[in-house]
Amino acid sequence: MSKTYFDKVWDDHVITTIGEDLSLLQIDRLVLHELSGSQAVRALAEHHREPDSRAQVFTLIEHLISTKPGRGPLDSVSVSGPSMIDGTRKASLAYGFHFIDYDHPLQGIAHVVTPELGIALPGTTLVCCDSHTCTVGGVGTLAFGIGASEAEHVLATQTLPQSKPKNMRVRFEGHLPQGIYAKDLVLALIGKIGANGGIGYAVEYSGSVVQAMPIEGRLTLCNMAVEFSAKFGFVAPDDVTFEFLKGKMYAPQGEAWDQAVRDWRALKTDPDAHFDLEVVLDVSDLKPQVTWGISPQHVCSIDACVPDPSVGFDEQATLAQQDALHYMQLQAGQPMRGLAIDVAYIGSCTNARLSDLRAAAAILKGHQVKAGVQAICIPGSSSVKRAAEAEGLDLIFKSAGFEWHESACGFCGHIGDDRFENLRVISTTNRNFKGRQGIKTRTHLASPVTVASSAIAGYIDNIEAGT
Amino acid sequence: METFKSVSGVAAAMMQINIDTDQMIPARYLGGTDAKGYGAHLFANERFTNTGEANPEFILNQAPFDRAVILLAGRNFGCGSSRERAPKALREFGFRCVIAPSFGGIFFNNCFRNGLLPVTLPIEALEQLVHGVEASHGAEPIAVDLQTQTIQMPSRQLHFEFQCPESFRQMLLLGHDEIDQTLALKDTIESWRRHDRLKRPWAYTEAAQSSQVPFK
Repeated sequence: MSKTYFDKVWDDHVITTIGEDLSLLQIDRLVLHELSGSQAVRALAEHHREPDSRAQVFTLIEHLISTKPGRGPLDSVSVSGPSMIDGTRKASLAYGFHFIDYDHPLQGIAHVVTPELGIALPGTTLVCCDSHTCTVGGVGTLAFGIGASEAEHVLATQTLPQSKPKNMRVRFEGHLPQGIYAKDLVLALIGKIGANGGIGYAVEYSGSVVQAMPIEGRLTLCNMAVEFSAKFGFVAPDDVTFEFLKGKMYAPQGEAWDQAVRDWRALKTDPDAHFDLEVVLDVSDLKPQVTWGISPQHVCSIDACVPDPSVGFDEQATLAQQDALHYMQLQAGQPMRGLAIDVAYIGSCTNARLSDLRAAAAILKGHQVKAGVQAICIPGSSSVKRAAEAEGLDLIFKSAGFEWHESACGFCGHIGDDRFENLRVISTTNRNFKGRQGIKTRTHLASPVTVASSAIAGYIDNIEAGT
Repeated sequence: METFKSVSGVAAAMMQINIDTDQMIPARYLGGTDAKGYGAHLFANERFTNTGEANPEFILNQAPFDRAVILLAGRNFGCGSSRERAPKALREFGFRCVIAPSFGGIFFNNCFRNGLLPVTLPIEALEQLVHGVEASHGAEPIAVDLQTQTIQMPSRQLHFEFQCPESFRQMLLLGHDEIDQTLALKDTIESWRRHDRLKRPWAYTEAAQSSQVPFK
């Protein structure tokens, strides 16, 4: 029977079935961080259990640690940050997990680091207590976010009972216009299918645009799969993937690499495989996308106006749009381009890789951030930061007026710092939920190029794709 | 593991779509490693004013909904962050069951491990329950029974059936520890892994020599 990539990798991980609806899956990699990971480790100890496969557990300090230049080992804007960092550090060293501390040269946001080091691989399962774990589907990993109790289960058994989702394929076709990025593609997708469009599905991204897309763009696409409530998003591995992963620290080496590539090629979706749902987007005429509301489905072209709530999916969507207008302090019919912003933020597991920083720096070069706008750049990993500095990108950011931080999750979620309170932020992150970046903070999601353009203008703008 | 067999009592309706886990418990309250202490922060940004007073406009601050045990919610409830403290906060507040047309997948799984039953019900049926609750200002109770997989609102002669994944249903009914159940499959797992190590040698990493990852 014909199978999808997802079917094949899933089947390769089913140890046994539990009842009619759950499969006990082998988990190849467990990634922990100091927020939810520390809860799982503590629960394991309290229940007097031992880790089953410590060689397959990786810990990073990245959620609560400060991004302030010159940060110390326990610095955090979260009140309970120091104790959670300390507990996670001690437990990881005591258990002998692969541990990447805050000052390690390879430190960074888990979903940026795991592909960089080949911890995330095609044909494997990877879980982490973070919903954006699906990011690393960009290298073909079946990766998904879990709760702390599930993480304790993985620690104790290196397995997890899961129900198998259905297969969905999203094809991006056509010719990618200049100035349009993966972020614009995935925001447009969510606008089309809704924030609930992926419930119960594992999503394979494909089509000519994805095939031609470098790994970093694929990671951005997969990152936001959970923003339409798909637990998994991935791109089946191809030569682009193999080229990216070859020689990475934790990727297989030598003969094992050759076997792995042979095995991974065989996992490709069969030509006549069945998808329960298929969505096709032609991107040839796509404009830069920016969110206007409080859900990623509240998105439109930068050249459009805030939509009329009465033109929604249905009555519930209309009510949500009215709520969004109120929270975001916007009027229906107001143009998006030109909306004044207080903060421009570049960071997160969505859009803080080297290509993102290069694209933003190309816009910023020779320009100044508008007076009164806070502009912040937090590279996705210390490796990205070092590579950017080697190219002089940090100087471009700094001379434009951006703050240049150490790598971590930073201000993507509001863990304690109130500097964005009641402000309007244009952000390369993934969530524009109420209160996500601060109390009464109004977040607009966009690509790094749109954020950099807006920082200069002082209002929502896109110079590169300007019309 | 806390069991769930049935619940009957006040239901509150929050029918907004896409209520995310950031709203249920804002990230600034996620700190600490304590197992409890999250119910006080449930829906904190909406439930309390800037000065920490209860917001009288918010439904869970209004009688009888301040003692609701069932939450009726819009589609895609619990989307967003994987934080398990979202179902923990709902449970601590007093909720035993959430009924919605659909749920965020990670949240759905997290509920079962925290004594909270998520029930998926078509919007048409759900709206009849909401109508009953709103028309009676919460005076008419709803009963949810996991053993029979039924929802009833006797005052309105409403009776609906629902489906719950059988393994999760058994876990809630019997209160089994899921990890102990998996550990009991040790022989099956080890035998599978011996075969898998030959089939996919590239999927297994070596234990760290020292825990600190090397930098070359």
